[in-house]
Amino acid sequence: MTVVPLVDLRAVTRHVELPNGSTLEILRGVDLTVGPGEHVAIVGRSGTGKSTLLNILGLLDSPTSGEYLLEGEPVGRLRSRALARRRGDDFGFVFQQFNLLQGRTALENVAAPLLYARGRQFWNRTRLAQQSLARVGLGERLDTRPEKLSGGEQQRVAIARALVRGPRVILADEPTGALDVETGQAIMTLLDDAANETGSALVTITHDLAIAARADRQFRLTDGVLVPIHLDAPVAVAENATVAQSAAVGQAAGLTA
Amino acid sequence: MTGIVGAIIEAWDELRIHRVRVLLALIGVACAVTAITGITAAVTMFGQAMQEETERMSGRDTTLEAWSAGSSSEMSAVEVDAAVDSVAARHQISYHSVRAYLSLNIRGRDVGEYVEWSAVDADHGAITRQGVEDGRWFTEADSERLAPVLVVNQAFLDAYTEGAAASTHPSVVIDGETPVAATVIGEVPVMWNGEGPRAIMLFDQAVRWFPDSVSAEGYQFWVPPELADQFAEVLPRDLAATGVPFDVQKPPAEAFVIDRVLQYLVLGVGGFALLLGGLGLLNIALVTVRYRIREIGIRRSFGATSGRVFFGVLMESVVATTVAGVVGVVIAVAVIKNIPIDRIFGRPIDDLPGFPFDAALVGMACAVGIGALAGLIPAIYAVRVKVIDAIRY
Repeated sequence: MTVVPLVDLRAVTRHVELPNGSTLEILRGVDLTVGPGEHVAIVGRSGTGKSTLLNILGLLDSPTSGEYLLEGEPVGRLRSRALARRRGDDFGFVFQQFNLLQGRTALENVAAPLLYARGRQFWNRTRLAQQSLARVGLGERLDTRPEKLSGGEQQRVAIARALVRGPRVILADEPTGALDVETGQAIMTLLDDAANETGSALVTITHDLAIAARADRQFRLTDGVLVPIHLDAPVAVAENATVAQSAAVGQAAGLTA
Repeated sequence: MTGIVGAIIEAWDELRIHRVRVLLALIGVACAVTAITGITAAVTMFGQAMQEETERMSGRDTTLEAWSAGSSSEMSAVEVDAAVDSVAARHQISYHSVRAYLSLNIRGRDVGEYVEWSAVDADHGAITRQGVEDGRWFTEADSERLAPVLVVNQAFLDAYTEGAAASTHPSVVIDGETPVAATVIGEVPVMWNGEGPRAIMLFDQAVRWFPDSVSAEGYQFWVPPELADQFAEVLPRDLAATGVPFDVQKPPAEAFVIDRVLQYLVLGVGGFALLLGGLGLLNIALVTVRYRIREIGIRRSFGATSGRVFFGVLMESVVATTVAGVVGVVIAVAVIKNIPIDRIFGRPIDDLPGFPFDAALVGMACAVGIGALAGLIPAIYAVRVKVIDAIRY
């Protein structure tokens, strides 16, 4: 029996027209499959199309060509309403700059995605948000506004928010990019554990190879082309990995000079 | 269901977060709604006061005025009155009254002021809303009294009874062929500032005591408005048939036309104020949406459809103006209910209309409408934002 992948990108490209009439090729024939509960990391320099790839994966953007199958269903055939519904139901986003809603408390931020849910999730949103915040260790900071939280705490709120609807896939765009190394490692541990606990697949985009090395599979995106790489986990997975260690791994992956 | 509830919760949250900005914009809307609702209600009350004032002068809606068309017959006032009574009875007109003017003198007192004497039937009180400030109005039984009774105004009391209250029943002696002591039984309010002495007597008593001074030259018939035209045509014919030719006229409708024009005028001003309030709200809403582009993008990542984003932004505006509308209507009710009507109109309104529900409805409809209009442009703007661009904004 063939197992249908959760996410299946086939020869996906993404072009944009520039104001001067030329075409910029961001992604070139990307193939990627992600199975349920799998952790995948994508590394690459700035401007190589990592975020575009993540946006396509999260149904925020559409490929120019190629095919995207979500649990075997071509998403290109979905209308915008159905796309939005699947985006809310199946994906949880963690952004580099946290993107918490200003003026709302941590609890209100985490409950916000549940305003777009249906049935029990909608009506029990406050309780579910409390549980999600408790899971990331912020059960005592429910009524605190983001501006009163540290960077690490803000990212934990963002993780709680990404998890609150029980997504099939968590898409993390540079989740540790705005944090120091130690806090970043702690956040990644939290994200890994939460994904494992909920059975969600985790796709992480990062510059940090130590972060990438924690994943089951790693890819490198160069000039819009996605290639699999292999990073040795023992060094990078360590909780207290240092910048020097990351740089060492980077050299191995051909990302640093 | 969850979509609508969610959108309203979301809209309310947005208002809560941006309450200062929204509040400032909404003050204009609330004021405009107060103006529109209050003015509509005030015009209704003003119209009622004007109508009552008009009715005091020329009878209730609809009172037909009948004036003698110069009869050449030799009929006495009593005979004319009997003929008119028979015609009124035949047409089942419940309220009608003679209106006669006479010239009489008060014995022993010459205060140098002209007294306006009139003789009427008891029905005149009902037809012209003759409320009394003191004492009482005439009854049919008063016709049987041996001496005449009078209903007068304050100026009469001041001039001829040394200011005695009507309820103490002061009396005056009226000169004539047979001088008679008349008792004051009631005091009517003044009709205008500086009004001179005025005295009203029952027609039956006037013809008994001063037959040479009275002629039945005018009548009032209070008829249903929908039958006014019919009666205006039939009555002169029937009266002429009994030998008492009368011209019958309907009252002019000018007062009501002026009332309507005034209402449209003030509503126009209120509408303009509401438009200005709405523009202020639109301005704030547009600025707020631009400021919130990233947030809209984040919400799209939560699964918000473009319809939901559109509805949410529109609802923010509608919920806000609805709240402002409720506040505006409440203020209008409070103001209108506390208007010192006695001081403004000089006397209380007999049939004070309640706060017109229509006015509240118009105010709320205006508030919701301006909210929808002000929310439309920001909502379109919010939907056209690309999700990716919005998140990176």
